[in-house]
Amino acid sequence: MATPEEARREAQRILSMDIRGYPVRSVWCETGLDIEAELYLGITLDRDRRRLVVIFSAAGGMDIEQVAAETPERIAKLWPDPFAGPLSFEMRELAFNGLSHAPQLRARAGVLASGLASAGRALYGLAVSLDALTCEINPLVLTPSGALVAADGKLEIDENAEYRHRDVAAEIAADQSADGSSGEDPFEAEARRRGLTYVHLDGTVGCIGNGAGLTMNTLDLVKQQGGEPANFLDIGGGANAEKARNALEMVLLDPNVRGVFINIFGGITRGDEVARGIIAARDELHITKPLVVRMTGTKEEEGRALLQRAGIVPATSAMEAARTIVELTKDGAR
Amino acid sequence: MSVLVDRESRVVIQGITGREGSFHTEQMRAFGTNVVAGVSPGKGGGAQNGVPVFDTVSDAVRATGANVAGVFVPPAFAADAIMEAAAAHVALTVCITEGIPVHDMVRTTELVQRHGVMLLGANCPGIVTPEQCKVGIIPNHINVAGPVGIVGRSGTLTYEVIQGLGQAGLGQTTSVGIGGDPVLGLGFTDVLRRFAEDGETRAVVMIGEIGGSDEENAATWIREAGFDKPVVAFISGRTAPPGKRMGHAGAIISGGTGTAQSKIDALSAAGAAIADTIEEVVRLTGERLGRRVVAGS
Repeated sequence: MATPEEARREAQRILSMDIRGYPVRSVWCETGLDIEAELYLGITLDRDRRRLVVIFSAAGGMDIEQVAAETPERIAKLWPDPFAGPLSFEMRELAFNGLSHAPQLRARAGVLASGLASAGRALYGLAVSLDALTCEINPLVLTPSGALVAADGKLEIDENAEYRHRDVAAEIAADQSADGSSGEDPFEAEARRRGLTYVHLDGTVGCIGNGAGLTMNTLDLVKQQGGEPANFLDIGGGANAEKARNALEMVLLDPNVRGVFINIFGGITRGDEVARGIIAARDELHITKPLVVRMTGTKEEEGRALLQRAGIVPATSAMEAARTIVELTKDGAR
Repeated sequence: MSVLVDRESRVVIQGITGREGSFHTEQMRAFGTNVVAGVSPGKGGGAQNGVPVFDTVSDAVRATGANVAGVFVPPAFAADAIMEAAAAHVALTVCITEGIPVHDMVRTTELVQRHGVMLLGANCPGIVTPEQCKVGIIPNHINVAGPVGIVGRSGTLTYEVIQGLGQAGLGQTTSVGIGGDPVLGLGFTDVLRRFAEDGETRAVVMIGEIGGSDEENAATWIREAGFDKPVVAFISGRTAPPGKRMGHAGAIISGGTGTAQSKIDALSAAGAAIADTIEEVVRLTGERLGRRVVAGS
């Protein structure tokens, strides 16, 4: 922008935008850059190799996954020893590899390689110190004077490591409450406060299971029977009355939910205990929407009998339970 | 026969004095596992659940000849516990702990490899060879000995399959839970290789889920190695939206990779029978073994 008026106009335009469903609430202003080339430098996790991978490409400024899919030869990768991090010569090799498909930068390759070696080592250090799952600079701008400038960046921190980055978490929370833009789904935010593993979806059948795989399968079964899952909620091991209550209450906060499918593999847990927990939760929360419970485990017959007497539909097979809940929640069922 | 653990396994439990460690040590001993030692730094010299407790894994190994470790240590200390077992040359470490930071696991799996030992997990339910040895938290009463090898990511789904097969009269050689984290020790292919070498395993059930490409890599291995035992595969997470973690840290579709369909296509192309439900896993496994099966639940 050349003038304050122009800057104001542009800022206003950006502030009225909606980017991938997130309304823009603030605009960051920076000194303009002379751009000779836009590069990409990033670090992410390579699950197959069980290492972090440093990715460099001369095709910066674009979505790197798209570049990787369409022109994989323009992407160069390095998998550093996790105890040593990337060494200078490895970073130079990475830079020369990435520049081999960018003839226009051939003359600058020497300068770029040494600049990238220090940038890459610094970025790797940052990724490790912050427990980043993704840490990228895109675009990394090369200016005519040969300087490298991080023009935009992205950082994703491992949730499992949050306990050693309380300061960063607090900073993010403060930023978000300052501009009211957490961008987080309100149901998922509530679930987090309740300590529940919950993902909000847009269907009508509430789903609760114990164990991630079993809960995912619960959603799959609902879909297979022609229903649409409203959520994913894994109550984890040791299902007890309090957990059942908390989970049921959470799922029913979503007004789209017409009924709930609870799928519990008992293991060591006793079926009669789980049943009592669900019945108590239903009574205390005055739930009138249909509940279908499928459970196995010790004392499962006793559990099913208790549910039946309390007017909750019990099931032995998960498939049958899915069919029942989809029947009970479809349009015009009640 | 079996894979990875059997009645010769001598097990040391790290974190034996904790709530989970102590409870599951009791369960493992009730199963018949030969738990020879426990480790709890600072509590060496004592005993827990009738098992001698040591300060370090290397003390425990020296005194008892332990060759399998079970880790029941909180997430902030679990990676260190795995590395301690690896440095003490424990042949197999089974880590149950959920929530270990990914960067810790990157360094840990590297160190495990350098020591030439094996890691199962983390964030896994463990491993069972029926009538011989259990390390982990798989419920005792569902395991029955027989010809099927099971390898899965998810705990409860693996239990469902074990129970479903058992009720249909189909027991297991060994059931192996590899875990739901993005960075793991043994993967599907590592376990399939062992089932390939095990004479008594006559069919394999694979329980996969969205995220990563370990199922696809296993499919490639099945084709290239000419693995000739029947494989029945079950993949959960068909309805999972991209970009959302579905409970397990590793269960996420990102950048178009890790979808259920990609895994189903790869395994199907490798000749695996794809089951949509647990009942179908049981029926298809029975069929592949030449038995007619009516699923119990």
